[in-house]
Amino acid sequence: MKTVTFKIDGRVCTTKKGKNLIEAAKQNGVFIPTLCHFKNRNPLGTCRICSIKLNGRSIAGCTIQVDEGMDFEVNSTEMLDARKAILEMMFVEGNHFCPSCEKSGDCAMQNLGYEMGIRYTRFPHLFVDRLVDARPERIVVNQNRCIRCKRCVEEVKTKDGYTVFNATNRGNETVIGIDYKQEAKLSEVEAERAMEICPTGSILVKGKSVAKPFGQRKYDYGQLGETIPFNKTKINHTNGNKKIVATTSLAGCFGCHMSLLDVDLGLLDLLEVIEFNKSPITDIKKFSKHCDIGLIEGGCCNTDNIEVLRAFRKNCDILVSVGECAIWGGLPANRNTIPLEECLKEAYLNSMTSEDNETCIPNHEDIPKILNKVYPNHEIVKIDYHIPGCPPNANHIWSVVKNILFDEEFSIAYPEFKYD
Amino acid sequence: MERTHLLNLLWNQQNAQGFISQSAITEIAKLLKISTIEVEGVITFYHFFHQKPTGKYIIYLNNSIISEFKGFREVKTTFEKETGCVFGKYDNNPLFSLFETSCIGLSDQEPAALINFYPFTDLTPEKVISIIKDLKNNIPIKTIADNPKSKIQYIPEDDKTVFFKDYTPGNSINKLKENNADSILKTIADVNLKGRGGAFFPTALKWQACKKNSAKTKYIICNADEGEPGTFKDKILLMEFPDLVIEGMIIAAFVVGAKEGIIYLRAEYKYLLPKLKETIHNFYNNNYLGDKILGINNFTFNLKIQLGAGAYVCGEETALIESLEGKRGEPRIRKYFPTDVGYLGKPTIVNNVETFANAARIIELGADYFKNIGTEKSKGTKLISVSGDVAKPGIYEIEWGMTVKELLQLCQATAPNYVQITGPSGECINETEFNRKICNEDLTCGGAIMVFNKFRGIIKILENFTKFFRSESCGVCTPCRAGNQILFEKIKKLKKGLCTSTDLQEIKDWGNIMKLTSRCGLGKTASNTFSTATEKFSDYFKFKILSENENQNVEFDMESAIQDFDSIIKDNHH
Repeated sequence: MKTVTFKIDGRVCTTKKGKNLIEAAKQNGVFIPTLCHFKNRNPLGTCRICSIKLNGRSIAGCTIQVDEGMDFEVNSTEMLDARKAILEMMFVEGNHFCPSCEKSGDCAMQNLGYEMGIRYTRFPHLFVDRLVDARPERIVVNQNRCIRCKRCVEEVKTKDGYTVFNATNRGNETVIGIDYKQEAKLSEVEAERAMEICPTGSILVKGKSVAKPFGQRKYDYGQLGETIPFNKTKINHTNGNKKIVATTSLAGCFGCHMSLLDVDLGLLDLLEVIEFNKSPITDIKKFSKHCDIGLIEGGCCNTDNIEVLRAFRKNCDILVSVGECAIWGGLPANRNTIPLEECLKEAYLNSMTSEDNETCIPNHEDIPKILNKVYPNHEIVKIDYHIPGCPPNANHIWSVVKNILFDEEFSIAYPEFKYD
Repeated sequence: MERTHLLNLLWNQQNAQGFISQSAITEIAKLLKISTIEVEGVITFYHFFHQKPTGKYIIYLNNSIISEFKGFREVKTTFEKETGCVFGKYDNNPLFSLFETSCIGLSDQEPAALINFYPFTDLTPEKVISIIKDLKNNIPIKTIADNPKSKIQYIPEDDKTVFFKDYTPGNSINKLKENNADSILKTIADVNLKGRGGAFFPTALKWQACKKNSAKTKYIICNADEGEPGTFKDKILLMEFPDLVIEGMIIAAFVVGAKEGIIYLRAEYKYLLPKLKETIHNFYNNNYLGDKILGINNFTFNLKIQLGAGAYVCGEETALIESLEGKRGEPRIRKYFPTDVGYLGKPTIVNNVETFANAARIIELGADYFKNIGTEKSKGTKLISVSGDVAKPGIYEIEWGMTVKELLQLCQATAPNYVQITGPSGECINETEFNRKICNEDLTCGGAIMVFNKFRGIIKILENFTKFFRSESCGVCTPCRAGNQILFEKIKKLKKGLCTSTDLQEIKDWGNIMKLTSRCGLGKTASNTFSTATEKFSDYFKFKILSENENQNVEFDMESAIQDFDSIIKDNHH
């Protein structure tokens, strides 16, 4: 086959004529992210995460067969941002609670989140309540995690040629439906392949969903439980002016605070340059000084959280959302897909341990009111920085703080940034 | 049986049973040798197919923005009150089922509804009461349905009219005898005819590309899936001059060497079917269709009609082809043009109704006729559907180059403030742009102009449009499917009065991402009106947004956030 010359971001590249752009770019050392694309298969063009520009016009990269003289724009600021935005759209459009997902670590979408450096989403989370279908023979389909890439629609067929999955409905209600009769024909191996090609945790095989141990999964880099030593706090600021830090945990689990303490003896070094004000660590309940930086764990699930958060905004120069709950609601936001009334009744009136007419939904002027859903902090006050993770690694948290307070440069190693 | 029959098989079931039952699905799947989920995928894509039993009368009430401003709400509640049914619910009422539907091409006679696909126009609560009473009394629906008027409001001077002038069937295709494919193509190219569906792709180029293809089987498809809200010009052509449209198709077939043609008619226009069928029948009788047309050797062309089933996106040519093939109407990726790989993989021409009619007139009248009509680059006339706050809504055949102002005067617009060009997927203009000329050089217009006066809430218009795109997106690609939902969140925020200038900037930025990355024209254009409206009507939006506050609190509606809790506590203490 003929060799052709083309350009990526101004750089001259070569490949075989008619080669798919994603592969051709890879050959030439340029990474174009994809979620729906398969090597050597007809392009689907559904996820759009490979959007690039060809001769100035934007198009999905996976749909292009490279030809002589083509001029591609891949890693321009505009296209990098557009691709990141699409991935963010996927995160907000479904419910992607990675810490409670069976596919975590084997999930292409999650991995792409790391690769593309997603710290938070610019879009509001939509919190949908779609079907989790366990009726099929071998497979469980969790619609909440589906990004409708149609890989399964195209790839999973029975031996006699029938499709097993197909899109149903339209518009914002589009979901991938499963044909029970055809699914029953799939062998265990075929079903496992369906799970494997699913770029998210939408298709799971019963009894196999957590078969592969964490730490040995496709996108795992560090071993499970491996600790990363804390980088020594060498800070040259010795003029005696300690920076003042405040922390709080709103609707969170205190896990981020535990991680904060994971610096161990490093904390002693830190205390030479910083001072804690209002924080569970010092047990100071009220701000007694204006602070340089406030670290917020957890989102807002009740009126008290909002009050505390607003007080932090007022008393801190810089606010940082630490961990997933603070950034978008995290695990507590699991309840956002269920009406509040159902949640409260289940918890206080209809639970196994409650007796008829003996319990009530707590309600008193002294206790905060529960909000209709869990809100991310940046929907309440302006947040300056986001540190992702569940929880973020101690190194990561303190590197960011040091950078903000003392302009210290930092780099984060891949295992420090991955949390599954 | 071929997959292409699927839509008709489903229509048969829908018409006979009122819905498509699980057993019918299994049977159809067996017949076509496909899995049942594929059949369900198709059923659920089109909103005129139902999987649950419906009443004897299915009422589809149009919820377009024009309808909304002309009394949609009152009409809707009257329907619910009189029938005892709820819109969008399958409530097992043996007589009635109520559904909302997108624009049904009756914007000049709103509010309008289809009852068992018979049109009912200019609805008022009183009229609804009488309709429901008649239906309950078993009066045949045919006798009480309205005959939608063709409100042709304006035609240019005699020597400048293209569409609405005297017409003798056969005048146009008779010219084929003295012409060959190349001379016809040249005439079309001389007039610079461009696709009238709104994309304005040069027709001669399209035909040329298809002609060049050496494949034996080729298809001519007429896109009569006029779904863009506010547009009803194709309907008028199909009502008044169906022959002209068919002649255009025959000419196209002659040029490219196609033997088969299909008119893809949207189900909303089902009431045009009898007349269309009759016209086709007459064409066969006159040897204008069939074998050896007009005695020309080897010129065979057969024509049939395929009814759609309710999906705006099927107006996109590749989605239309998918639909014809009995699939979900999902636009194809832009790997091939339909002129190379189209219907059933064969070279296919898809043109709009108006394009075919115009082509027929060009061949009939000759290229010279068009020389002095229109502007330098847009020759001839354009059909415009005018609706909204005007005294004379209806169809206007305007010479290309007419200003918006002139048109607004012709249709007697009252205090026009916001004018939507082409429909929701087009663009909006404000007062300062009323001097712009309607032509390809300046303001392109696919065929609809919606006029809103200064008393109409712009957010309401944008909300209607965004909702429309949210449900009419085919759902395949992320930016369009998710993007429209996300933009709708902004509408909600705007309505609550919680937006700041940051939000307006985000609307623009996010809209731009949809435009950059969507798969087809629907997603690429869906955000356009919303993002430009915030700029063009900045005075209006100034009063709708809050100034950024100094203490860096983001605007938050605490009251509505605790409303649920308060009402639960209240309910549980009673």
